[in-house]
Amino acid sequence: MRPLATLLGRELALAWSRGGGPLPALAFYAGMATLLPFAVGPEPERLAAVAPGFAWLTLALASLLSLERLFERDYEDGTLDLLALGSAPLEAVCAIKCLAQWLAAGLPLAVAAPLAAIALGAPVTLAPLVFLCALIGGLAFAFVGGLGAALALGSRRGGLLIAIIVLPLFAPPVIFGGGALTQLAAGLPWTSGLALLAGWTAAAVALSPLAMAAACRNAVD
Amino acid sequence: MISRILVEDLALRRGERLLFEHLTFTVAPGDAVALTGRNGAGKTSLLRAVAGLLRPVAGRVLFEGIEPEATADALHLLGHLDGLKGGRTAWEELRFAALWSGGSEDGARAAATTLELDRLLTLEVRKLSAGQRRRLAMARLLTAPRPLWLLDEPLAPLDSVWRARLGELMAAHVAGGGIILAAVHDPLPLPSRGVEVGA
Repeated sequence: MRPLATLLGRELALAWSRGGGPLPALAFYAGMATLLPFAVGPEPERLAAVAPGFAWLTLALASLLSLERLFERDYEDGTLDLLALGSAPLEAVCAIKCLAQWLAAGLPLAVAAPLAAIALGAPVTLAPLVFLCALIGGLAFAFVGGLGAALALGSRRGGLLIAIIVLPLFAPPVIFGGGALTQLAAGLPWTSGLALLAGWTAAAVALSPLAMAAACRNAVD
Repeated sequence: MISRILVEDLALRRGERLLFEHLTFTVAPGDAVALTGRNGAGKTSLLRAVAGLLRPVAGRVLFEGIEPEATADALHLLGHLDGLKGGRTAWEELRFAALWSGGSEDGARAAATTLELDRLLTLEVRKLSAGQRRRLAMARLLTAPRPLWLLDEPLAPLDSVWRARLGELMAAHVAGGGIILAAVHDPLPLPSRGVEVGA
């Protein structure tokens, strides 16, 4: 376990320097929340109605931003060889990288999401569920996003390719989380949406490291 | 413990191009082998194939004396891409390399001393010169004892003093029952035999 703990520390530091941390997350949400009234109109009722869904979708998009460098930099500078020859399996390496990505970039975004929703006028009672969806969903976005980043290794314009690979896979968690938020706002039972989101996240965390490791092996070959 | 490494009838390809085929040789503990050949002959690819990163088109690389799953733990690969992150300090990178390959912090410190890196350890990697950076990469070889060293152009950016010092380190490794496979253009600074790649 010692090597993996060391790797997590290093990956956290790298993810932080890649654009993680609370300030970029808050700034991104502030920017998006400022633009939203220009796009959909400034009426408070309208903004309040779309605020939870907006905060949720913005999280999905923000998760894409720093993905391109997740594997690409290690591939270009030879680190991926080193990681592939380490004492831990490559699947664990990939899982650790995604976990670090979530801790450094996903957690701050999950904190910013309910703040943005409240700032746009969403009822405060929705904020805990927005946070919970962002927290659980962010983990799925990190792992599915990592899969896209690993598959795009070595291609030019990797960032665009990652978005094309990953966005369809983002659809189910966005639907589940959005469903739970809509249900709660309408005073209906909302737990099934959250349960489906958690299930999807569990599947992503369990399965995507296998595919990521295969993609990395293919890239170093 | 590795008792022998057999490279049998190996053929490698990069993209559409066949680099070489029917390459056969054997190395045993105590051997230092200089892989020679023209630019693009496939020396780097051969090292990567021995490391298990590259799948051969034909033939195989067989490690006798250890389990197939254990080969990655039995070797150090020092390529021309050194995997050092410019924004991290030399000590952070060396410490990580040591712990990642099953060594210890003490091992990392001893390796830094051997390669006279002590005063550079607090610097960011991007502030090191090419030769210092190569010495930092080489320090990894000493952080965790592994029998097989795969070295890709290990001498290139080093001055004559450090070439001689590296020769001593390599000779000590071989004398202790280690194995060295090195892709080189200049002769290795220790007694070695040559294998011509892509002839």
